Amino acid sequence: MTAPGEKQNIHDYLAEFDDIPGTRVFTAARARKGYWLNQFAMSLMKPENRDAWKADERKYLENWPMSDEQKEAILARDYNRCLDLGGNVYFLAKVFSTDGLSFAEAVSTMTDMTFPEYREMMNKGGRSPQGNRSIKGGY
Amino acid sequence: MARITAGVASSHVPLLGVAVDQGKTGDDYFGPIFAGYEWTKQWEKETKPDVVILVYNDHASAFDMKIIPTFAIGCGERYKSADEGWGPRPVPDVEGHPDLAWHIAQSLILDEFDMTIINEMDVDHGLTVPLSMMFGQPDKWPVKVVPLAVNVVTYPVPSGNRCWALGEAIKRAVESFPEDLNVQIWGTGGMSHQLQGPRAGLLNREWDNKFLDLLIGDTDAARYIPHLEYLRETGSEGIEMVMWLVMRGALGKTTKCLHRHYHIPCSNTAIGHLVLEPTE
Repeated sequence: MTAPGEKQNIHDYLAEFDDIPGTRVFTAARARKGYWLNQFAMSLMKPENRDAWKADERKYLENWPMSDEQKEAILARDYNRCLDLGGNVYFLAKVFSTDGLSFAEAVSTMTDMTFPEYREMMNKGGRSPQGNRSIKGGY
Repeated sequence: MARITAGVASSHVPLLGVAVDQGKTGDDYFGPIFAGYEWTKQWEKETKPDVVILVYNDHASAFDMKIIPTFAIGCGERYKSADEGWGPRPVPDVEGHPDLAWHIAQSLILDEFDMTIINEMDVDHGLTVPLSMMFGQPDKWPVKVVPLAVNVVTYPVPSGNRCWALGEAIKRAVESFPEDLNVQIWGTGGMSHQLQGPRAGLLNREWDNKFLDLLIGDTDAARYIPHLEYLRETGSEGIEMVMWLVMRGALGKTTKCLHRHYHIPCSNTAIGHLVLEPTE
């Protein structure tokens, strides 16, 4: 708990996020890096854009000022790589919705499990926070 | 004068909307989730609110990366269901209450909450799923809605304390509206879930239930939970629970719990639901 009225320094606040295992917190730095990646994904909310994307994915990406790494990551549906390159899951969701994937199936591709394994884990109560809270602390 | 008569908290998982739209709410998977909302559906029919102030977050539907308002209030006449990539949900348009919304917006700004005003937008599952959970599938929603969108996507998101204080200011604003209105405030999103990265799928029953406990009675401890705790304990998307604190803040010093429901899982998410009444 933070004490009532306590204000946190932005540098300390941001540094703490790196201690969370297997998680990329969507900070301003990531939002800047992934700006066009996310805006590209957003464009798939329009049916006519979805059609153009499905017809030729690589060609569709030519119109977007994304890095080559970002383009390759999205073409490969490597969502962890997309997160590293500034993607945000709510934006990337437009890509996996267009692919006809459920949220759970798309999310499972970011873990070390197959979708059936992931689904089974969820049905049994999900991933335990035990050991998954802190890299440094190991708790 | 207008009064906030109750607060409702609920998850807003998109799959719940799919279950409603495709008639699957009674099956083995969804049945136990929806059973926990039956009490509330009946209660809503009996209490007949005029307006719901619906605190939610947009999921890259109305807002993209161009503009990121921390707190935004919908002052429009009506809102359509957003196309989130698979076509809009087949639900009625959401009718606004521009008179109350503008009154709240003006009051909040004078009260030093510098709100963004929205006149036109589409609303996504964050707003329409809770309506479906509480009202089912009517031809027309039985309430007017004042949407209140909170940024919980791009960090820093607002602190729990700020969300609670916004709720307190909303209470003051509603109570200075001259028309007699029965107003509810709903806080949506959560509970524990993580939709990204190798840690995806994290759920935390124990922490979630502790959080539910903290919204009942006269404690205000939840307003001081730091973002880092939500991230560590409840997954990267568990941070949506700060929106429940706007609701709790608007109920005043003490609350009574009328109904409580918790279920794991729905897709990637822990479902939590509370109905609270202010007791002062």
